Amino acid sequence: MNRFLLPLGLFIVLLGFLAVGLNRDPREVPSPLVGKPAPAFEVPQLADPARTFAPKDMLGKVWLFNVWASWCVSCRQEHPVLVKYAKSHGITVVGLDYKDQREDGLRWLRQFGDPYLLSAFDGDGRVGINYGVYGVPETYLIDKAGTIRFKHIGPITPEAMEQKILPMMKELEK
Amino acid sequence: MRFLTVLVAALLLAGSALAKEAAPLAEDEAVEKRLVNIAEELRCLVCQNESLAGSRADLAQDLRREVRGLIKEGKSDQEVKDFLVSRYGDFVLYEPPVKPTTWLLWGGPFVLLVAGVAVLITYLRRRGGQLAPAELSEEEKKRAEALLKDEQ
Repeated sequence: MNRFLLPLGLFIVLLGFLAVGLNRDPREVPSPLVGKPAPAFEVPQLADPARTFAPKDMLGKVWLFNVWASWCVSCRQEHPVLVKYAKSHGITVVGLDYKDQREDGLRWLRQFGDPYLLSAFDGDGRVGINYGVYGVPETYLIDKAGTIRFKHIGPITPEAMEQKILPMMKELEK
Repeated sequence: MRFLTVLVAALLLAGSALAKEAAPLAEDEAVEKRLVNIAEELRCLVCQNESLAGSRADLAQDLRREVRGLIKEGKSDQEVKDFLVSRYGDFVLYEPPVKPTTWLLWGGPFVLLVAGVAVLITYLRRRGGQLAPAELSEEEKKRAEALLKDEQ
């Protein structure tokens, strides 16, 4: 009996590793930017190219920085959630229209609603690269001091909003 | 027949006259060479099993553009890699750095090897002890001899 215990134990350990490995999403790459100041940039706004947006404009506020695009399929899934929570909970969301055409982005907002305080326009994707964006949508939670506190990769689900993002925002608001 | 020969000759000549040296794909070959060198050690985050050099993903093209720019600015290979790691994390490197969080990754196989060899050695020793030929007692020897004689 005893000589089976060791292989069995090793097998269970291996099984544990495999179970954890299989249940992880390989697309979710932890961002090294969490805990660091949000990279500075200044780009034209989507609605009005004459005006610009820079993250430092938001100092003193807790806000979400949501990277989206009109060509992004998952963004359609996420968008109603943002619209709903921007309205019902009054959260501040700034958009970044990533690698998009200006008219397409604006049409998209007219069609599906605009939850954003404003959207910045990142036509060539440079801002995205500085934020380590590799798949839209991605969302950064930025605190009053301009530090990135959390990054959500992929569409925000109502559960992620309720369980993770809203509590964190409330905590940081204090 | 003569007409045909002339035609073939003319076509051959025309062909060689038209053939030009293949134009280099990039304006600056040295930059491109370094770009490929660096990009082959970097992972494309969109299609994770492809290198940044080989991927046709949109993001990979953008990142190659950034890397090209950095090379032209005279940045070293390490600085280019640091640029990407600071944005995308160690995951972009196909060869992760050795640091406390990756000790298990780097050392794990060797730990397993040593453990395996240790288990093998103890097992073989124990088995060797069990298999040692037992000495025959006087009585058994006599019986064996008697049996061997009987055979003949």
